Amino acid sequence: MASGVRPRVKVPKTASAGEAVTLKTLISHKMESGQRKDSDGNVIPRSIINRFTCDFNGQNVIDVTLEPAISTNPYFEFEATVPESGEFKFTWYDDDGSVYEDSAEITVA
Amino acid sequence: MSVVVKRVTAMLALGGAVLASAPAFADADEDNLVINGDIAIVTEAKAPAHMEYVDTIYSGWRFRSDETQVMQADDFDNPGMIGVENAMEKWAAVDGSEGKSCASCHGDAEESMVGVRPVYPKWNEEAQEVRTLEMQVNDCRENRMGAEKWGYTSGSMVDMVALITSVSRGMPVSVAIDGPVAETWEQGKELYYSRTGQLELSCANCHEDNYGNMIRADHLSQGQINGFPVYRLKNTKLNGVHARFKGCVRDTMAETYSPGSAEFVALELYVASRGNGLSVEGPSVRN
Repeated sequence: MASGVRPRVKVPKTASAGEAVTLKTLISHKMESGQRKDSDGNVIPRSIINRFTCDFNGQNVIDVTLEPAISTNPYFEFEATVPESGEFKFTWYDDDGSVYEDSAEITVA
Repeated sequence: MSVVVKRVTAMLALGGAVLASAPAFADADEDNLVINGDIAIVTEAKAPAHMEYVDTIYSGWRFRSDETQVMQADDFDNPGMIGVENAMEKWAAVDGSEGKSCASCHGDAEESMVGVRPVYPKWNEEAQEVRTLEMQVNDCRENRMGAEKWGYTSGSMVDMVALITSVSRGMPVSVAIDGPVAETWEQGKELYYSRTGQLELSCANCHEDNYGNMIRADHLSQGQINGFPVYRLKNTKLNGVHARFKGCVRDTMAETYSPGSAEFVALELYVASRGNGLSVEGPSVRN
């Protein structure tokens, strides 16, 4: 597992039914592209987050494929329509097989 | 680092920051900075009395594009806060032979460190020297914790400085320039106005004579350091003051001083004093 990886999410605590809320996510990750060489001239192996998903109550909201050109600490900001109270589940997939998860509750008043 | 999947139209209103569109010419813009909708940042002030050639001082924030500016208006959007979070763990972690962490003596950083950043670099009576925040952190590590010193520009150090700085955001920079630090301050001033390198440029040539102008693709600011440590988009990490000084001196094609050297400590004191009256902003976001 890449070191220093920590997912963060920002989700409003409440929303009205059917409201489009803004979600923000950031994961600290070095996103090594696989294109760079170290001081001895050896290629530094690729190590990136290659997929990011967000689900709401089991329903997929967004599914992103990440490529090596995406830089350090990938940040996503997107909107989701919230029909009911529930839980957003966020998942990041690392090249090395690690899976990082975070979740946040939202209440529809 | 930004991968904005869907452009959000409300983005410029985030955190209460009011961001007007960029002016057609290149001076400092007219935008206001409020962090987290809560901390009002002074980005423009009357120059301190000791400055002879500048009337108004501006934070470097005012010279950046709207897209860069808005990242600083919300801690979640500010990648520099990753460093602050990392430092919070180190703050609480026991290290060294004395079995102490920072928290053992200083308690909660969010309380005990308030007001520390604005007055550094400052005179340390016991050691009879001008100390930067980095030097003070290392003094604590070495002499109180019995831990190994951190490298002056190491990740751990710049993170810790970012944490200590972040809790003073919004407070005015107010470093002392008289009394026991006067000599060091004069030395810093001398360095500021001394031309160096094959390009024969002093700090003042760019940051006093030409702020607001473009140096090739870069928009020159006044070189204020109230926003340090700075998260730079170009190297995607927090950068300390001395590392930035080194980069600047290198760009004049000179042999640089070392981070932590007496010369850079003096220069930091002088440059910090040029920002007396601006708010502490670090960790800020710049390009």
